[in-house]
Amino acid sequence: MNWNMLLFIVFPYVAIVLAIVGTVYRMIRRPFTVSSLSSQLLEGRQLFWGSVPFHWGIVVILAAHLVALILPAGIEVWNRVPIRLYLLEITGLALALWALFGLGMLIYRRVSVSKIRAVTTPLDLVVLGLLLAQVITGILVATVYRFGSYWGTGVFVPYVQSLFTLQPRPELIAPLPFILQFHASLFFVFLVVFPFSRLVHIITVPLGYLTRPFQLVKWVRRDRPVSSEREPVGAGRR
Amino acid sequence: MDVRAHMSMIFHLDKCIGCHTCSVACKNLWTDRKGAEYMWWNNVETRPGSGYPTGWEDQDHYRGGWKKGWVGVELKLHSRPRGLANLFYNPALPDLQDYYEPFTFRYEDLFTAPEGDDQPTAIPISAITGEPMNIESGPNWDDDLSGSAIYAANDPNWKDVPSEVQAQMAEIERVVFNYLPRICNHCLNPACVAACPSGAIYKRGEDGVVLVNEDKCRAWRMCVSACPYKKVYYNWSTGKSEKCILCFPRMEIGQAPACAHSCVGRIRYMGVLLYDADAIRWGAEGDEKDLIDRQLDVILDPFDPDVIAAAKQSGLDDGWIDTAQKSPAYKFVKEWGLALPLHAEYRTMAMMFYVPPLSPVVSTIEEGLIRLDLPPEQVDFELFDNLEKARLPIKYLANLFAGGNEALIRGILRKMLAVRIYKRRQSVEGEIDEATMNMVWSAGTSPEEIEAIYKLTTVPTIADRFVFPPYHREMAAESMYGDPLARKGDTGLGYSVPPERGA
Repeated sequence: MNWNMLLFIVFPYVAIVLAIVGTVYRMIRRPFTVSSLSSQLLEGRQLFWGSVPFHWGIVVILAAHLVALILPAGIEVWNRVPIRLYLLEITGLALALWALFGLGMLIYRRVSVSKIRAVTTPLDLVVLGLLLAQVITGILVATVYRFGSYWGTGVFVPYVQSLFTLQPRPELIAPLPFILQFHASLFFVFLVVFPFSRLVHIITVPLGYLTRPFQLVKWVRRDRPVSSEREPVGAGRR
Repeated sequence: MDVRAHMSMIFHLDKCIGCHTCSVACKNLWTDRKGAEYMWWNNVETRPGSGYPTGWEDQDHYRGGWKKGWVGVELKLHSRPRGLANLFYNPALPDLQDYYEPFTFRYEDLFTAPEGDDQPTAIPISAITGEPMNIESGPNWDDDLSGSAIYAANDPNWKDVPSEVQAQMAEIERVVFNYLPRICNHCLNPACVAACPSGAIYKRGEDGVVLVNEDKCRAWRMCVSACPYKKVYYNWSTGKSEKCILCFPRMEIGQAPACAHSCVGRIRYMGVLLYDADAIRWGAEGDEKDLIDRQLDVILDPFDPDVIAAAKQSGLDDGWIDTAQKSPAYKFVKEWGLALPLHAEYRTMAMMFYVPPLSPVVSTIEEGLIRLDLPPEQVDFELFDNLEKARLPIKYLANLFAGGNEALIRGILRKMLAVRIYKRRQSVEGEIDEATMNMVWSAGTSPEEIEAIYKLTTVPTIADRFVFPPYHREMAAESMYGDPLARKGDTGLGYSVPPERGA
């Protein structure tokens, strides 16, 4: 057991299990606590300049990471022409800087506005700190170890795939520079924090809104047949 | 025809004295909690005035309600994809300052202040941060301030009222106002339900109450913006939306909602209205001038045999149909045609109805016309024919309750005036002369109807005012748990999980 194994075999599996079990438990047994906990009512102007850049920046970058993991071949084909590689990298960096600007705004707002401080939990600050670290290391990777979309498909993709096929190959990560290892392992820290913090609102993105009927009507009785029409469920309880 | 029942409230504004007892009863029962201090599920506004939250009727600003679209109606707030795109920041959300920042006072200073020459004072502090604050507004900050340049002048209902009339209304001896109590309208076509990305808000099929399922609410706060009446509130502490629940736990055991039950002026009535759920779409889509007519058509006649048969088909039991026939709401809204929804032009089909106030109109004319040589009964008749001389412009009331249609308001006021004059003649003179009878007919009413209106308006008992159907909660429990006795003691008030802010 060395650091490499601990950080890239044991920790990922512990984090994934925690994230799934914790989130499922919270969604089913503690649904009231699941909320994006918007504070727009208390302060709106700074929120606009923070929330909008941060969320859109981070959502697009996360999606790009996901595409690279699921469809590495597609990224490789795209990057075959140098100008397209530059375009991808520059876009990614710009989005990251945009997200960093928004995140900075959100952190400033959270510590400087007294009404926002009143609704801040310690875990909110932990999440903001983690995000700041993750965005900054991501930007460092993009600038110091350039063209991650090019070499990443050969290093990270096989590693993540090895995790999912239960044949982990942490040796793929071992030779990488510190910042890269840090950036990767911080993701698993996010997984650990995920079910216990407001991060959980990420999985509640209401895509169903695009298709559901506008009006929702619920019936106390019509949805559940009366006992004369079916086997009473309470009968066997005592 | 899909017949459903709706619990509807009538507000007889002529009787409202603006005492705010309803607001306080509601506050004590439901919103006396952290995060809900600023919420008034029931509030009473002075009109003309800008209301609570300030300027809530300005839909160019708040984008509440519906508009006519390419097909049917669309939310003013957003299209569905736009709604998702605005999750990170909702551009039409009111700021807390549009309500007011909740405050309390540092009372302990009164006890802990060092001895000195001055009396210690309890300074105001914010209920959110606990820090000292300047109170700039609060609950009912505009109370009785009709005529003020801040509140009354910014009332959106001055639309189409000539500016010289508005200027006159601000003169101190011409100031006139009435009160407008407001709760959630539990609309037939609720915009809050349609705007909720999570699908957390729903309308109960049995009685039409619109509720927020806070377990599903994710604080996207679109309901707050989409409700044109601004009657969904965001709890800043728990991160969940909250709204008037029409005191459904009270209604289910046959008690009136707290606001209605505590009403000092006895202005509130409550009863069942039957409506055709299949016609809601049609009702919301009409041209602006047809909206009220269409909404009244969606509400069905509980004495019609076809309606009764269809109601039974839809699962309504005899108890509900019977109470629908005795409903004071049906009488005011359909039989007598005295009550109107607030701002039908929002197309949400509000199901709380208002009888427009006659008193401020009458005092107007009496102020303006009383001469020593003119006996009171002549004043009455003069007013009956000259409602446009009223001190509170009819146009103003029409903008509130009739989408600007003055004829509708004039018809209602004439009928109410006919009741007054008829009953005054009857009790003071002891006889009804021909001129009075002519006035009664021209108001489109009859002595029988006048007696009925008089009785329900002036001397109703609590059983006349509140006619509740048998909810049969025991049967609902049975259908949920099989044998209700098997789960006796398992359910009731309290929480399985305390409603506290999540991390």
